[in-house]
Amino acid sequence: MRFPKFRLEKRPSPPTWLRIAIPFIAIGISFLFSAIIILLAGRNPISAFYAIFYGALGTRLGFMETLVKATPLILTGIAVSLAFTAKFWNIGAEGQLYAGALAATWLGISHFSLPSPIYIFLMIVVGFIAGSLWALIPGFLKARFKVDDVVTTLLMNYIMIYMVSAILEGPWRDPVTSWPQSIMIAKNAEYPKLFARSRVHFGLIVSIIAIIVVYVIIKHTKLGFRIRATGANAKAAYFLGINTIKTIILTAVISGGIAGLAGVGEVAGLHFHLTENISPGYGYSGIVIAMLGGLHPIGVMLAAFFFGIIITGAEYMSRATGVTSFIADVIQGITLLVMLAMLLLYEYRIRRVE
Amino acid sequence: MFDSNKEKPMEKILSMQGITKRFPGVLANDHINFEAYKGEIVSLLGENGAGKTTLMKILYGMYSKDEGEIYIKGKKVEINSPKDAIDNGIGMVHQHFTLVNPFSVTENIILGLPGEKATIDLEEAKNKIKEYMDRYGLHVDPDAKIWQISVGEKQRVEILKVLFRNAEIIILDEPTAVLTPQEVDELFKTLKILREEGKTIIFISHKLYEVLEISDRIVVLRTGRVVGETTPDKTSRRELAKMMVGKEVIEIISEEPPELGEEIFKVENLSAMSDRGYLALKNISFTVSSGEILGVAGVAGNGQKELEDVISGVRKPVDGRVVLLDKEITGKSPKEIIEMGVGRIPEDRMEAGLILDIPLYENLVVEYFDKPPFSKGLFLNYKEIKSYAEKLVKEFDIRTPHVNVITRTLSGGNLQKVILARVISREPKFLIASQPTRGLDVGAAEYIHERLLEERAKGCAILLISEDLDEIINLSDRIMVLYEGEIMGFVNRGELPKEEIGLMMTGTRKEALSEIS
Repeated sequence: MRFPKFRLEKRPSPPTWLRIAIPFIAIGISFLFSAIIILLAGRNPISAFYAIFYGALGTRLGFMETLVKATPLILTGIAVSLAFTAKFWNIGAEGQLYAGALAATWLGISHFSLPSPIYIFLMIVVGFIAGSLWALIPGFLKARFKVDDVVTTLLMNYIMIYMVSAILEGPWRDPVTSWPQSIMIAKNAEYPKLFARSRVHFGLIVSIIAIIVVYVIIKHTKLGFRIRATGANAKAAYFLGINTIKTIILTAVISGGIAGLAGVGEVAGLHFHLTENISPGYGYSGIVIAMLGGLHPIGVMLAAFFFGIIITGAEYMSRATGVTSFIADVIQGITLLVMLAMLLLYEYRIRRVE
Repeated sequence: MFDSNKEKPMEKILSMQGITKRFPGVLANDHINFEAYKGEIVSLLGENGAGKTTLMKILYGMYSKDEGEIYIKGKKVEINSPKDAIDNGIGMVHQHFTLVNPFSVTENIILGLPGEKATIDLEEAKNKIKEYMDRYGLHVDPDAKIWQISVGEKQRVEILKVLFRNAEIIILDEPTAVLTPQEVDELFKTLKILREEGKTIIFISHKLYEVLEISDRIVVLRTGRVVGETTPDKTSRRELAKMMVGKEVIEIISEEPPELGEEIFKVENLSAMSDRGYLALKNISFTVSSGEILGVAGVAGNGQKELEDVISGVRKPVDGRVVLLDKEITGKSPKEIIEMGVGRIPEDRMEAGLILDIPLYENLVVEYFDKPPFSKGLFLNYKEIKSYAEKLVKEFDIRTPHVNVITRTLSGGNLQKVILARVISREPKFLIASQPTRGLDVGAAEYIHERLLEERAKGCAILLISEDLDEIINLSDRIMVLYEGEIMGFVNRGELPKEEIGLMMTGTRKEALSEIS
């Protein structure tokens, strides 16, 4: 018997509705897979999923926590999304986040006597610059010497994370508790809270501003044109007079800076000191969020909010049903895989060869 | 059906019945009936996109057909892969060669052949190959590596490959596109020997005079249908062109310009390396004046690409200067060169001339979007950009539903018009056009030629690089022949016949022409 043969055929003009539907289908499929895993663990997936959404959206406290989680995710998501638009494969948002957090902590624990708005402004500036510089290295290496950006950005995460650990284990170790964490930052360096009886902080505003700024850059500026052109075809863009080297470096710097702001927010808005695990992988989640959001600022915001729901809800579910909160990571991982497969099928279709 | 003076058995070897192939949005083959007989050369004539290559790729098992049946020697066959085709005695020489560059000629020919033994006797294979070479006049050094041999020789290797697999039906897809006139003659000799031996040759082409010269029978395709069948003695170029295009065609030929203006563009002692690291341009010098078209003739790969790259700013020369109106542009970036008033129509329209995945209106301004009125400060002015784009679409007859479409969705001819519109609308003082009509249908090519001549009339200096010698001869005021990166000579309009230019393209200097003839 002969097995049927299949091959991929490029679609001439893929339908738009499908592009919009893909993230939802990807999420649906990842829930299905997760349901199987929950079933295997001997729990009821329906009640587990109900717990996730109830925990994240059903109560005021839950909803506020969802916003708290969405805050850094919006920033890493939009940072990665901007970089990917230029085809700068920034897998390094995690490291850039830590760079931002490290710089902001340094400024915060120096306890300057500055008016709060100025102190906060400086925290943001310093965090942005730190993230930028950390992304500048791989950006420059890629633009100038064509060094693979996936490898460099990824590996630089480890350098930064272990550097933070080294600093926290050594010079910055809290002298009172002797935990590997910094002392508290100055009160006047802290982000203000947005709502009473919640942890939602000024970082959410920063995130939304970042979304708007990136949207304007991409859609309405010359830099945005250059970024899109470079991403679509760097060789053609260069031929047509676009300085692709400068564009890639600038994109890397802005992307890294925005990821750095996520670190600033976690220090100045949430924890008020630096710890070794201030980010449970927000930088990596940013990659999934950017893809899920279709590299579009609005899509990224929605995807980040959705991930906020999953992370917050999974913690609640874990307490309520006993299913481990790692299911949130499973959902994220499967969503990315299904998303990538679906994007392939968006551009190509499977044809049976008879 | 055949030349009356030739006695031929009328054995029908191939019959394709009702072949239909749909691509998304296009009916590439619409119930085509096509037959071929033993010992004939049958031409498939048609414009780009007429369905010739699609039909042959179906026969060779590279495409699956949606409808229809194929019979070989009266027996119905299913061809699902090139292997099936080879097993049925069908061979194909593709437009783009499928050779392994680091391997020798012999190794390439025997690659993939079934053998009884686990070892390969290269000497034995070589002897057999030499026998074939002598028999069919397909001479290549059997020990040479593929990367060392010329394009014409590579084609011979491809034909040898096909013969080695005992093909009875040999498909040649636009085989002359890459050859000099002399190489074309050699190829035709080979084809005639093959015909004498009873092989069937299917010759795909859109060049009328070649088809008339070589064919026993001509089948004309247009928009996926067979629109006519004839023999060379019953038709003419004019009639074939009309059949192929569906309307009368006028060949555009430039006339002598009134008088040459000032010297606009100058290249002095230019040398440049190729990507593979050899010297591709060797100390060449020329000038182009206002109102002049200088044509660059040459077989592909003799330095034209490197010349284009240097002038466009994407390749740094190792020596020499490029000067535009007394201003040095040597080694400047593409951006600076654009700003100095050089218009560039690149050979690679998909990967250099356009960014296919951005909207059409952006491609129409991509070389100068950062200038007023298209932008102000940091921001783009989309209102201006779009109204300018709409103006160009109208003026250059670019067929598109609107200017917001993603550029990729346009057809080949329209893509080239986008580049042309973008470049010409800036009224360049100097224009370099490389392979401006390659792969375009007759109508689009005609339009491009008209626009280039219009620019010349306005005083633009034009450097025209093309592998199509007819295009060069028809349009140029002066022809520069390149061979292995050197200038073989300059030929004024009408000074030398085409064959002599062909000789120069294969390495004869102009001064030496009289000695060999």
